[in-house]
Amino acid sequence: MKLPGNGSLMTPPSLTKPGPAATDMAGRRPLWREDFSVHAAEDNYVLRRQFTKFLTLTSAGMLAGNIWIFLRSLFDWPHRQYPQTTVARSSEIAAGGVKLFRYPTENDPCILVRTRAGKLVAYSQKCTHLSCAVYYSAANNRLECPCHEGYFAIETGRVLQGPPPRPLPRIELEQRGEEIVAVGIPAGEHGA
Amino acid sequence: MKALPGPVRARRRTAIDAALALVVILLMTQMWLLTATLESYLGGHRDAALAGMIVSGILFLACFGLYQLVIRLDRAPEPEAEPHGLGPWQI
Repeated sequence: MKLPGNGSLMTPPSLTKPGPAATDMAGRRPLWREDFSVHAAEDNYVLRRQFTKFLTLTSAGMLAGNIWIFLRSLFDWPHRQYPQTTVARSSEIAAGGVKLFRYPTENDPCILVRTRAGKLVAYSQKCTHLSCAVYYSAANNRLECPCHEGYFAIETGRVLQGPPPRPLPRIELEQRGEEIVAVGIPAGEHGA
Repeated sequence: MKALPGPVRARRRTAIDAALALVVILLMTQMWLLTATLESYLGGHRDAALAGMIVSGILFLACFGLYQLVIRLDRAPEPEAEPHGLGPWQI
């Protein structure tokens, strides 16, 4: 078998010579070597040049990832259409009260809160850390994730404490008479 | 093929090792950059995507340059053997 770069600076001599078990006492190669002519040590040997090539290809892959993120930021989310869904009636929720709903799909749990100041706010209920369900703590007036003690501000959804790397995605609401309608998610706040 | 003189072999091996170590460091930086850009983008900071792409491109070019260096070092012809004895500058 001819190795790539054979005889070059980095090829160990042990790979270019047959080992002691390669021939029998008469100097012939045993029959099983002819049938199974796989030289695992030689096949698994990776030159540093090959390893550098592999790392460079990995680097190209990561560049492709960055390009993908850039292209998505250019073309995707500002044009996304969200449904308009009635999520509650205004009289249902008292100050400090909460209602859970799903928006924009059945797989996206959200939480609607009327703050102590009387303002209605809604966020995705999935924590931006590991997607545990956040709940409203009326005593502390904030959204809390029970898994790793991540806290979010009730007014803006920004992270107050803990491991979550991003704010909670905010749900845009409109009040139409008595009905509270979810109309969208601001661009770039749709979560993972 | 004749073996390269010992000091030349050692210098080339050191250079290749250094290049390889540098590629690994650049790659780790690029990994961090990719995750940081993604986090930033998902957090709504879309401006970071362009900067991340440019820096990632620079890191890739650096990796590619080092790869070319490793190839060149590995394939460089062996130097001419110096004649024993005094050179013309050693009179």
